[in-house]
Amino acid sequence: MNLLRGLALLLLLQAAGESLTHAFDLPLPGPVIGLVLLLIALRSAFVRATVVDAAEGLLAHLSLLFVPVGVGVITHLDVLASYGLRLMAVVVLSTWIGMAVTAWVLARLLGAAAPEEGRGA
Amino acid sequence: MPDFVQLWVYLASTPLFGLAATLATYVLVHAAYDGLGRAPWANPVLWSVVAIAVILVATRTPYPTYFAGAQFVHVLLGPAVVALAWPLWLRRAELRRRGVALVTAALAGGAAAAGSAVALGALLGLPADVLRSLAPKSVTAPVAMGIAERLGGVPALAAVMAVLTGMVGALSARYLFNALGIRSWAVRGFALGTASHGLGAARALQVDADAGAYAGIALGLQVLLGSLLMPLVGHWLAGP
Repeated sequence: MNLLRGLALLLLLQAAGESLTHAFDLPLPGPVIGLVLLLIALRSAFVRATVVDAAEGLLAHLSLLFVPVGVGVITHLDVLASYGLRLMAVVVLSTWIGMAVTAWVLARLLGAAAPEEGRGA
Repeated sequence: MPDFVQLWVYLASTPLFGLAATLATYVLVHAAYDGLGRAPWANPVLWSVVAIAVILVATRTPYPTYFAGAQFVHVLLGPAVVALAWPLWLRRAELRRRGVALVTAALAGGAAAAGSAVALGALLGLPADVLRSLAPKSVTAPVAMGIAERLGGVPALAAVMAVLTGMVGALSARYLFNALGIRSWAVRGFALGTASHGLGAARALQVDADAGAYAGIALGLQVLLGSLLMPLVGHWLAGP
């Protein structure tokens, strides 16, 4: 039941976000406004108790939610046929550049603060 | 066996098909992923997409027919984006303490990812609407669609590019970070979430709790920064 209550609250916040975006022509998508609204609402212990199960459940299965959009690749097979190799090169290189720049900047800014070790991810 | 054919035609035309195919494929592929020790190349999203795409193409099932069922999974992306407030709230003390460093790194990384994608794409002669759909590819798919629309790109193509980007990050991050000698879980997770949004964060979560939390923060920051700044930069680049 708590899962349903949480999901209802998340959907209501998203709907509130969509309404605000449309009413005031904001540059942020509805769910992002919903995120900001929830961030404010989380100050309330009642909201935290309501939303915790649904939020953790959704985020635990986040990768499943990308499958329908990913399958949409079949509607763009023509674009991929004409530009596939070039697109793949752009996507791979820019993703590596983005990761390397982020990691480099953050590691510099945080300094050698925490001696945590990792070889995975 | 005309009965079987008729049954298949009937089933494939109901929303039940798309929803059942999505969930069943994902569950099977995820079990294989677990069995393979969660190796990056066994990524469950990649193989679910490949398997379902092959089934659809082989059975000549149009994407809208599939999506009639799969949309019930797809709509949950909206509340999932809202739910990102939760990991941000849990880490609020850290966010406040390391806020400036994190926002700076998110800005630099997001700009590097989007800028290099557009620059490389232009260099390779990709058309303008494809370039505009490539720019928001490091922002999670549902938000990338909205940004692409504002930039004058193709929302559906932007979503596919975002998912591809997420897969590339999830598949290759381990090797890239090891090659660069980046050992901190926080930094690895944050960089993965910045460049590869939800799929990167999902991968980071599976590997280490710290990396996962930082990837969640990065994903949320990229959503906010990307949707605020990209339309502005796009507008500015397009000129008056």
